[in-house]
Amino acid sequence: MKTLLICETRQGKLLESTYELLAFAERLAAEPVAFLSAGEALAPDFDGRVYLAEAGEYDPDLHKQLILEVVAREKPDYIVLAHSSYGWDLAPRLAAALRVAQLSEVVDVVAGGFELPCFNAKLRRTVKPTSSPAVLTIQAGAFNPKGSPQGTPRLERLALPVPAGRTHFAGYEAVGKKAVDLARAEVIVSVGRGVGKQDNVALIEALARALGGELGATRPVVDAGWVEHSHQVGTTGQVVAPRLYVACGISGAIHHLAGMKKSDFVVAINKDRDAPIGEVADVLVVADVLQFVPALTARIAR
Amino acid sequence: MKILVCIKQVPDMESRFKVNRDGTWIEEQDLAFRMNEYDEFAVEQAVQTKEQLGTDVDVTVLSLGPGRVTEALKKALAMGCDRAVHIQDEASAQKEPWQIAGLIAAYARGQAYDLVFTGLQSQDRGSAQVGVLLAELLGMVCVTTVIDFALKGTSVSVSRELEGGLKAAVQFDLPAVVTCQLGLNTPRYPTLPNIMKARQKELLVVPAADLLLEQALTATEKMYPPARKEGGLVLEGEIDDLADRLLAVLKEKTTVLRQG
Ligand SMILES: Cc1cc2nc3c(=O)[nH]c(=O)nc-3n(C[C@H](O)[C@H](O)[C@H](O)COP(=O)(O)OP(=O)(O)OC[C@H]3O[C@@H](n4cnc5c(N)ncnc54)[C@H](O)[C@@H]3O)c2cc1C
Ligand SMILES: Nc1ncnc2c1ncn2[C@@H]1O[C@H](COP(=O)(O)O)[C@@H](O)[C@H]1O
Repeated sequence: MKTLLICETRQGKLLESTYELLAFAERLAAEPVAFLSAGEALAPDFDGRVYLAEAGEYDPDLHKQLILEVVAREKPDYIVLAHSSYGWDLAPRLAAALRVAQLSEVVDVVAGGFELPCFNAKLRRTVKPTSSPAVLTIQAGAFNPKGSPQGTPRLERLALPVPAGRTHFAGYEAVGKKAVDLARAEVIVSVGRGVGKQDNVALIEALARALGGELGATRPVVDAGWVEHSHQVGTTGQVVAPRLYVACGISGAIHHLAGMKKSDFVVAINKDRDAPIGEVADVLVVADVLQFVPALTARIAR
Repeated sequence: MKILVCIKQVPDMESRFKVNRDGTWIEEQDLAFRMNEYDEFAVEQAVQTKEQLGTDVDVTVLSLGPGRVTEALKKALAMGCDRAVHIQDEASAQKEPWQIAGLIAAYARGQAYDLVFTGLQSQDRGSAQVGVLLAELLGMVCVTTVIDFALKGTSVSVSRELEGGLKAAVQFDLPAVVTCQLGLNTPRYPTLPNIMKARQKELLVVPAADLLLEQALTATEKMYPPARKEGGLVLEGEIDDLADRLLAVLKEKTTVLRQG
């Protein structure tokens, strides 16, 4: 079995997700071959072929064309990408060009196929592609490399086709500055959409204060303007690892979990017993946050 | 200018989901359905584009699914779309993104849409595929995960949201497909007068059977809830008692409540 791994680079760096792709190939016991849009300095450390093309920052048409050429040469069984802003953008383009299956956000390899989350991570499905090859995107953090990377890649350079140039990359922009540095907080109490309205955020803030911690928030709460962006925890916010993380009215979407699952101890308060936050919570309190949090704060402040 | 918005109706994610008897999808009865959250941003962006450009813009909202999806279409009409297309398909839950995109493309081909908005992903399948597949099938430019959108003439400038606080500025010309990320705008609530006005708007029903269906490329073997954290504790009961129990756990298992 052979997998073609599509490595991700950004701003002249190879992203760590490359080694998750390699861990996934190892999990499948498949031969890894890699594609990378960069020069040889960025080639990942492993024993296998790496196709290189210095195609610059992401250009979907160009990357698609280059990868399709590698697919024609290597005839892989699986084409694997990270389920990231790069992977989910590129994967369906490859699947459509090849007219093959794509499975999104694989979290495990199980008997009968691949495991995918669905219904906002409240359920899982086992799905089997019936085409070959198949395109897979893997969830960040689901396949972790064992040990540090090793090996010497054999490099193959791809000729650059004339870019189709239908989209123009005009540079990077940073999202907001960090007014609050959550990365060093020992206790974080985070507020989710479950609090219902902006006025109720104060209840969660009071608990954070009682515990001597910082206020964190999910994205919808930030998007709605209830809490300022520098408090956002997750893929597009900050990554935190406090001793205690309290999730108040938070469902536990992967994009949020990616920012907090390294916390030592996680308490979740949710009225829904099945909320996916239960997957990472050391304690799940099934209750209405608006009633429970003030009761808890009063006891701690005592 | 002709704009198309694709919306999906999904169950309320706070529902209790039960897997159906053959283990391939959920039991749909007793569930409340609503417009996919990401698609509300798509509808809003289409309506804002119409408002920006004036009257010479026609916005079609399209949804593929069973009879119940007309509710979501009516909401989109009340938000300001001009007309609705319902690709009627009682078996849509069994269809994979490739087939859904294929059916939408079969309808949209030849309609010469200048701009298509979709959500980044649906909350039930979460595949983040239909928008991009549709673009590929129609041979259109596609830009995903958009959190800023500006149109000037036929040229578009957007921000794509990447990971870790970074955005990419991208420019392109119409025609194009744009997939919308949370926070792109603030979706409006339909007002009562607009809900009334929406009743007069056209709602075209097209049976899926009239459109070309692609072969399935995947098979769902089974569906099941995820495992909970090993050793994770679930506390249920009366509020004061719960607070006492949690406090005891925090004192025992963490150091955050120790003084000094
Ligand atoms: C590319 C991408 C990046 C993203 N980045 C981030 C990110 O960095 N950070 C982030 O947080 N999200 C991010 N998201 C969004 C993420 O997918 C979820 O939509 C979001 O985390 C959900 O926030 P929430 O849990 O507050 O809201 P919801 O999912 O709406 O959950 C609300 C929860 O509150 C519970 N609830 C409701 N009422 C009560 C009550 N009275 N008492 C107790 N519980 C109650 C409900 O049962 C539910 O579980 C991203 C999404 C994408 C696609
Ligand atoms: N049945 C459908 N009808 C109309 N649009 C859909 C349908 N399914 C998916 N879409 C669109 O495609 C986007 C991505 O969906 P998905 O690939 O299922 O994650 C959604 O946000 C919708 O805009």
